[in-house]
Amino acid sequence: MKVIELNKSVTASNDRDAEQLREELREQGTLLVNLMSSPGSGKTTLLGRTVSDMKEELHIGVLEADIASDVDAVRMEASGARAVQAHTDGMCHMDAGMTRRALEAMGTGGLDLVFLENVGNLICPAEFDTGAGRNVMILSVPEGDDKPLKYPLMFAKSDVLLITKTDALPYFCFDMDAVRERALRLNPAIRIFPVSARTGEGMEEWEKWLREEVLAWRETVPSVS
Amino acid sequence: MHEMGIVVNLAKTVSELAEENRIIRVGSVTLSVGEVSGIMTDMFVDCWNYFKGRYPVLADSELCLEAIPAVTYCSSCGRRYETVQYGRECPYCHSGETWLETGNECVIKQIEAETEEGRSEEHQVEDGN
Repeated sequence: MKVIELNKSVTASNDRDAEQLREELREQGTLLVNLMSSPGSGKTTLLGRTVSDMKEELHIGVLEADIASDVDAVRMEASGARAVQAHTDGMCHMDAGMTRRALEAMGTGGLDLVFLENVGNLICPAEFDTGAGRNVMILSVPEGDDKPLKYPLMFAKSDVLLITKTDALPYFCFDMDAVRERALRLNPAIRIFPVSARTGEGMEEWEKWLREEVLAWRETVPSVS
Repeated sequence: MHEMGIVVNLAKTVSELAEENRIIRVGSVTLSVGEVSGIMTDMFVDCWNYFKGRYPVLADSELCLEAIPAVTYCSSCGRRYETVQYGRECPYCHSGETWLETGNECVIKQIEAETEEGRSEEHQVEDGN
């Protein structure tokens, strides 16, 4: 028997697939945004509103990852996006291989922006690179302001924290300043947008960020000489 | 929890490695697992034993786990302390400006394997995490 010393990540095979997928999407000029949250955080409602607001200016696709059912994909198509339902067959997260298959099933030709609605879970999705260009997490007001303390990795890995259901703030003990402070301590670069998909409050700022990121992603396309 | 997802990835990573190194049988896989990596070690080994059969090259392998202690560094007073005992707040100066130095890892440290030549040797493969 020979001993091979490695010091290699356990997810090395996924990390490599994810990097390759990211490069392909970069060449195509399609920005993939990985959306992560708990079940019931209002992801689908927020996405529906975002798609309706932006469908005139951007071609948008949505990958709905779920353990079963296609209820979310049907809702997304009604909002005006190209959508596909990806089943994870019981797995608690999407990895780069599953994301690639879902993208191929949907077809990314002509799309500027694709959202991956990851499985509702604040743990595993943070550990598996999907190949997305940007990671966004959602925390809804009813979930509570202590979540950065409980799920630090998710906050550390995300580019944006969307605080949803702000219309429910009067009914919950949710300390917005405490969340900001806790999230920024874990990730000083994280952007925080409080939004309500119901009233539309804060949506403009989030959509402005998306618009800028889509442009920035296109600008990083390697020039072919 | 997410042990099964990691095991699926680990098995794929090791089987690819076996192919690259012309390995015919893997005897053991040793992982370094941080104390606060969130991995439940018993469950992890059970998942491995269940899943390894899908790859003939891994079917007889044993999964060994080595614990890495969790240590936090305090950037306010510059001292280090045990994370599991004290958590996020520095026990010396009570600052919250602390960073986990070690303890969150989950890396494949080494594998023990039989190659086509059947020779016994040791060598190192460099790879970033």
